[in-house]
Amino acid sequence: MSDQMPEFPRPLPQVEGDAAPFWQAIAAGRIELPRCGACAKWIFYPRPFCPSCLSRDVAWHAVAPTGRVYTCAIVRKPTNPWFFGKTPYVYAIVELENGVRLPTQIVGCDPEQVTIGAAVEAVFERVDDTVTLLHFRPRAAAG
Amino acid sequence: MEQPVRGSAVSTALRGRSAVVGLAELKPSKTPEGRTPLGLITEASLAALDDAGLKPSDVDGIVVCPAMMQYSMLWPSVVAEHLGLAPTYLEFVDLGGATSCAMVARAATAIANGQASTVLCVNGDTWDPKGMYLKPPPLFSPMRDFTMPYGAAGANADYAMAARLHMHRYGTTSRQLAKIAADQRASAQQNPLALFHGKPLTIDDVLASAMVCDPLHLLEVVMPCTGAEAIVLTSAERVKDRPHRPAWVLGFGEHLEPDPFQRPDFLVTPAVESARQAFGMAGLAPKDVTLAEIYDCYTSAVLIELEDAGFCAKGEGGPFLESHDLTYAGDFPLNTNGGMLSFGQPGLGGGMTLVVEGARQVMGRAGARQVKRNDVAFVHGNGGTFTEECSLIFASDR
Repeated sequence: MSDQMPEFPRPLPQVEGDAAPFWQAIAAGRIELPRCGACAKWIFYPRPFCPSCLSRDVAWHAVAPTGRVYTCAIVRKPTNPWFFGKTPYVYAIVELENGVRLPTQIVGCDPEQVTIGAAVEAVFERVDDTVTLLHFRPRAAAG
Repeated sequence: MEQPVRGSAVSTALRGRSAVVGLAELKPSKTPEGRTPLGLITEASLAALDDAGLKPSDVDGIVVCPAMMQYSMLWPSVVAEHLGLAPTYLEFVDLGGATSCAMVARAATAIANGQASTVLCVNGDTWDPKGMYLKPPPLFSPMRDFTMPYGAAGANADYAMAARLHMHRYGTTSRQLAKIAADQRASAQQNPLALFHGKPLTIDDVLASAMVCDPLHLLEVVMPCTGAEAIVLTSAERVKDRPHRPAWVLGFGEHLEPDPFQRPDFLVTPAVESARQAFGMAGLAPKDVTLAEIYDCYTSAVLIELEDAGFCAKGEGGPFLESHDLTYAGDFPLNTNGGMLSFGQPGLGGGMTLVVEGARQVMGRAGARQVKRNDVAFVHGNGGTFTEECSLIFASDR
C-alpha cells in the first residue's frame, strides 16, 4: 500500500454489551455460551433472547474448549491492513462439541497442515487487560 | 439451528406483468477518473431512458441502491430529484450482492400492484481502494466482533472456506473452479466494455495467479471498479409502444438465512428457496433455462449457486463445470458478458451488470456474443456469504 497510509488499529471486539460474558469468560480461560432455557438451543452470536423461540430465558454455560475444524482458509493477502505482514494465517470455523461453530484462527502449526475435521483445542491469546481472543490449535495425539 | 419454514405456495400473480424495455451500461474503469457515483448514475439513467425511448416524465418509479463512495441518507429522493423525476414509487434496496436482482423484483412488484407503470432501476459507484481503507462506508453487525479480530479478510476468507469445504467433501478441484474464470474471460473477449477485454486467460493462467486466500487464486476473485448500469421496466400494457423487443419478467424470489455457519450445512444456501420461488412463479424449471447470469464474486459462489438453483445436484458442480462449455457460444452459456470476474464489479449493486446482460441477451441485443437460444435467462444475486439471495427469470415470451 501507499506510504501515506496511516497506522491501522488492530480490529478488536467490543467486550461490553450482550456478548460481555463471552469475552469475560475467554479472558478467564473458559468458553461460555448462552443457551435458551425454554427450547435448549445454543445461541450464537450471543443475544439476551433466543432467536429460535424468542424466549428471554437465556443462561450462560461453560462448554468444552475442544472441537473440530469445520472449514478453513489460508489467508495470504489480508484485506484489513492490521494483518498485512502477519501472513500466512489460518482463518477457520471450528465446530464445538455442542454444535456451535465459531470463527477463529488455527495457530501453533504449519498452516498447510490444517485439515478439515482435525481435532483442535482452545488457545486463549491475551491481547491486553480487557481483551483476550479465542484461537485454536491442533490437539496433540488426537484423531 | 433448524432450517426456517419453507415451502409456501408460490403465487403466479406477478408473472409476466412487466418487462425490461431499456438498458444502459457504462464502460467501467479501475479508478474513479474524476467521476462521482451520482454523476455515473445520471449518465446511465439518461442512456437507459433514451434506449427505451422514454422521457423522465414517463418514469413514475425509481429503485436505487447504496453508493459506497457517496453513502447518503435519503438516497432515493436525492437521485430522483437530480434526474428531474417526480415518482409515485421510490425504493432503496440494500442486500449486498442480491441487491440488483431484488431491485428488479421490487420494480416488477410495484408495476404489478399498480404503484407505478414505468420504473427505473439504477446502480452506480466509484471505486477507490485507498478511499475504502481511509473512509470505509458504515457497516455494523454484532457478528463482526466475532470475525474481524481473527482476520476475516472481507468476504475472501468465507468464499475460500466454501471452496475448501466443497473440495474436501465432493472432490471438487481448483481446475474445475478456474474453468469458470477462463470460460467467462473467453466471452469477455466479445464485450468491449469489459475491464478485461483484450486479455484472454487460460485455466493455467488462473491457477498460476497469486494465492489470495487458499484455495482461491487472485483471478478467482472479483475486481471492484467504477461503473454504472440502469434498466427500465414497464407494464405489460405499455410494452408494445417501446422500440425494442422486451425481456419479460416471468419470475423472481428471494430468501435470507442468517449466519451461514450456524445453519445445518454451510454449502446449502438460500438460493435453493429463491430459485424455487422464481421458477415456481415462472412455471419453468432449470432445464428450460437457455442462459444463466450467476453472481460471480468468486468462482466458488458460482459453483454453489449453480447447484442450489437446481442446474445440477449438490456436490456435482465440479463435473458440471468441467463437462460444459460455459462461453456464450457453449452448451451452457454462463455470465456471457464476462461476468463480474471479467467485466468488473461496480459497487454494491455490481450484480446489475449480470441483470443487464440477462435482459440484453433475451432482447437479442448482445451483438457478437449473442446466445443463439436466448428464450429464458436465469439471473441470480448472492449477498453476504450465501446469506441473502435473489433469483430472477427473464424470457422473450410472456
